[in-house]
Amino acid sequence: MNLITGTVCMKGICGTLNKKEETEMELLSLSAVELSAAIREGKASAPEAMEAVLAQIDRTEEIYHCYVTIDRDGAMARARQAQCRIEAGELTGPLAGVPMAVKDNLCTEGMLTTCSSKILENFVPTYTAQAVRNLENAGAVLIGKTNMDEFAMGSTTETSCFGPTRNPRNPGYVPGGSSGGSAAAVAAGECFFALGSDTGGSIRQPAGYCGVVGMKPTYGTVSRYGLVAYGSSLDQIGPLTGNVSDCAAVLEAISSHDPKDSTSVERQDTDFTSALTADIAGMRIGIPKDYLREGLDQEVKAAVLRAAEALRERGAVVEEFDLGLVEYAIPAYYTIAAAEASSNLERFDGIKYGYRAPGDMGLHSMYKKTRSQGFGPEVKRRIMLGSFVLSSGYYDAYYLKALKVKAMIKKAFDQAFAGYDLILGPVAPTTAPRLGESLGDPIKMYLGDIYTISVNLAGLPGICVPCGRDRDGLPIGLQLIGDCFQEKKILRAAYTYEQAQYAECKE
Amino acid sequence: MAREYETVIGLEVHVELATRTKIFCGCSTAFGGRPNAHTCPVCTGMPGSLPVLNRRVLEYAVSVGLAMNCDITRNCKFDRKNYFYPDNPQNYQISQLYLPICQNGHIEIECPEGSKKIGIHEIHMEEDAGKLIHDTWEECTLVDYNRSGVPLIEIVTEPDMRSSQEVIAFLEKLRLIIQYLGASDCKLQEGSMRVDVNLSVREKGAPVYGTRTEMKNLNSFHAISRAIEGERNRQIDLLEEGEAIVQETRRWDDEKGCSYAMRSKEDAQDYRYFPDPDLVPIHISQEYLEGIRAGLPEFRTEKMARYKAEYDIPDYDIEIITGSKHMADLFEAAAAICGQPKKVSNWLMGETLRLLREQEMDPQDIRVSPEHLAALIVLVEKKEITGSVAKEVYEVMFAQNVDPIQYVEEKGLKTVNDESALCSVVEQVIAANPQSVSDYRSGKEKALGFLVGQTMKAMKGKADPVSVDRLLRELL
Amino acid sequence: MANQITEETIEYVSILAKLELSGEEKEQARKDMGNMLEYIDRLGELDTTDVEPLSHVFPLRNVFREDVVTNGDGSRETLQNAPEEKDDMFVVPRTFD
Repeated sequence: MNLITGTVCMKGICGTLNKKEETEMELLSLSAVELSAAIREGKASAPEAMEAVLAQIDRTEEIYHCYVTIDRDGAMARARQAQCRIEAGELTGPLAGVPMAVKDNLCTEGMLTTCSSKILENFVPTYTAQAVRNLENAGAVLIGKTNMDEFAMGSTTETSCFGPTRNPRNPGYVPGGSSGGSAAAVAAGECFFALGSDTGGSIRQPAGYCGVVGMKPTYGTVSRYGLVAYGSSLDQIGPLTGNVSDCAAVLEAISSHDPKDSTSVERQDTDFTSALTADIAGMRIGIPKDYLREGLDQEVKAAVLRAAEALRERGAVVEEFDLGLVEYAIPAYYTIAAAEASSNLERFDGIKYGYRAPGDMGLHSMYKKTRSQGFGPEVKRRIMLGSFVLSSGYYDAYYLKALKVKAMIKKAFDQAFAGYDLILGPVAPTTAPRLGESLGDPIKMYLGDIYTISVNLAGLPGICVPCGRDRDGLPIGLQLIGDCFQEKKILRAAYTYEQAQYAECKE
Repeated sequence: MAREYETVIGLEVHVELATRTKIFCGCSTAFGGRPNAHTCPVCTGMPGSLPVLNRRVLEYAVSVGLAMNCDITRNCKFDRKNYFYPDNPQNYQISQLYLPICQNGHIEIECPEGSKKIGIHEIHMEEDAGKLIHDTWEECTLVDYNRSGVPLIEIVTEPDMRSSQEVIAFLEKLRLIIQYLGASDCKLQEGSMRVDVNLSVREKGAPVYGTRTEMKNLNSFHAISRAIEGERNRQIDLLEEGEAIVQETRRWDDEKGCSYAMRSKEDAQDYRYFPDPDLVPIHISQEYLEGIRAGLPEFRTEKMARYKAEYDIPDYDIEIITGSKHMADLFEAAAAICGQPKKVSNWLMGETLRLLREQEMDPQDIRVSPEHLAALIVLVEKKEITGSVAKEVYEVMFAQNVDPIQYVEEKGLKTVNDESALCSVVEQVIAANPQSVSDYRSGKEKALGFLVGQTMKAMKGKADPVSVDRLLRELL
Repeated sequence: MANQITEETIEYVSILAKLELSGEEKEQARKDMGNMLEYIDRLGELDTTDVEPLSHVFPLRNVFREDVVTNGDGSRETLQNAPEEKDDMFVVPRTFD
């Protein structure tokens, strides 16, 4: 099993390599943490690493379209600066000097932040998202901004106004979404790690489709300041990485209590890398029966159960159980997310920033034309739905009802975690669909979120790690869900599983 | 036989809180500065920005609620009120609908028929909007977000008032309470207090309320009174003609003395309130509440009682002085410095009120500091200046809060106490006014007054009139 | 409830949402919203009597900032992305009659 397949594949394609290319390929084969160690030990430099990534982007970006913005000159300048600070001994952390990509709904000062929407096509923030700031402080070096479903609304990265991203494992398929650009960039070796955001599975699902690691932390662990809001009560920023160790390192770097975010939680236990031990003896893992029923692809099911078996072999106690309410998560989620989105997206009105419809017209026509021309169909669909469920006479029946169901779902998880340390299941019912296959039927697309969505409703942490491939060679994702603030348990189990796969690979 | 109507009035009063910073960000609430100077990503609705509640806003809101006998909502939260308008950068206003911070209070007002309780339905916290300026040259509107996010409380009364007199009495009482709390300066003209009047009429004795309208843009107590009369008459006229009252928002034009409906067909009045997910709930503990209660200031009634006991000044003076927190503060501080409450009171009741009236100012706009007022009193007391010079000096103090000691020194206004210098001036006056001298000598006491006046004039007021009087008598 | 989605509903919601939909888009929106609400109506199968609606997952409360000015003159940053500005202000179509 190879977790950096993208780069290894490239070696095959490239044939004979010159010396420089060879060095680049060697660098690209490293994980983020390995790369930083090499840079800090003087075996490589941050500018070299950035050059290698930019060269890789030159080779593959045209096919995959992972990025919305690639800031080559800025990236090189920042890399040189990081190198100076490393040499001066100012940067000593495990991500110092590492090139990273950031989803385009995270604000970056002086760098275009579009949310892959026409309505923000020209928006350049004057502030940087706290999560990105934390990574910059840790010495990571920003390459550019990754493509996404418009305003994070979608599961395929096809609703981007800049066109879709393609799955690096097979360009005929979608990378998943909404953080599809970030997942694809990691898979394609166009960055060493990336940030995404997860409102209903938007980190975990594309991680699964692209065969990388993606984690959504407990709500409140990572500051949302500077994340362009979709569903504020559900949104959480998290890492997309090549392996579990990188995931822990990035999560450790981005977690912080931020006084600018009222929902930010003060935690003392964010030393996530300390959880990277291959020891899960006695860990109790439950598989919800509902997660294995109809709708789940047989190959995906088999791979997930093999993964469960691997964990059992390492000492975990694995059993199936009834979680309940699984089918109600999607309707509750779409009600709440759409309601919050309809309000969050009101600020895009052509007055303060972004696109404004051209021509002389009255105020309300300007609003309507700007928003109608600026938003794509999926965003409009959710704004309409959200406005309706909050409107007079429907609030109780829809929005309030959904919040009550959310309470019930949370309770079901509380009960599950009274008996289990972790919940295990697939990340999505199938592997990545073909490009253009999903958009026709919104509800069908929404159903693909069934295993990820309830995690956001309950504020829980969840990870997706690769657990094999289907007959078309498309990656399958394994999801591990923990109770609130139990990221360490998740990381320990994920790390143990990853080590087991490496061992199997060597045999 | 004409039908008799009763006016039913409830108010929605917006009060800007006297915090240093805005409700959800660290921007200054100061007036002035260039447009959009006091703004940041939060109060201009930039993508990705998030609100964090200013601690002082809650403290003020709770203290106002306690002062108005409200129940404090122990678990309250903020909701979003969604509507599109350019002064509202997020196109939703963060406000409170479902669980406002204060509920079920009342204020007692004095009416000709005795005292009356006006119910406070609720008080909630919310953010102010930005300012729209009409650009007449370009036929467009300009938006300045300096006021966007300034904290407000909205006080919603029960429909308990029946006349403009009651409304004004209520508003004066409300304003005084808030000023005493230091929670706001409550200036109608400057918009730190805004009053919307909900008014309906019904036939006397009718069991249900009539359809109400809401009147906005009322910038003075005078405008409020006129708008109430105007709207009452408009509604009665409609009813008399058998027409229905439309529930609507109307804008009062005080120049024209009439109102017009503000409704736009582009807007549906459906605010889609829901709890703001970016802000966490507020829990008010018993300790917190007791802390705020313990910190409440002495209100007017208590202050009046204390003044009666502590100071030897007339009840009428007490009434006037305590009618403004600012004046009461000035009084107490100046009295403490110079030890002469009676004199301080006289200055406030005399010159100060006269100047306020002349310049159509509010007592809270008095700029004279207690130190300076006390110093002026001491100057007169020590006979360093005369009463008439003191009044002149006070006018300058009133305008610019100058230090009277320094001012008197600079302008050379000190009383001349040099007997010989005064003597020679008196002699000159006697020599220059033989007619008056002979009048006085023939028993016309009035003539002496004229001579005193002439001497004071020659001395440019810097003489002690008692000394002048004595010298004149001696020399004549 | 889903079947209550009429043309008028779509018209009304598009006024609230400030979206201008073409005839075709309106029809599509009516179908989409109808389907989605029909799906959401499933929530009605659950008995939620006595269930408190859950807005925030954690009992996080009382988060405040101190009343201290931390921001300086922000006008340049605030106006930096303005589609149209004049005299340090945003320009919008006239709002007064």
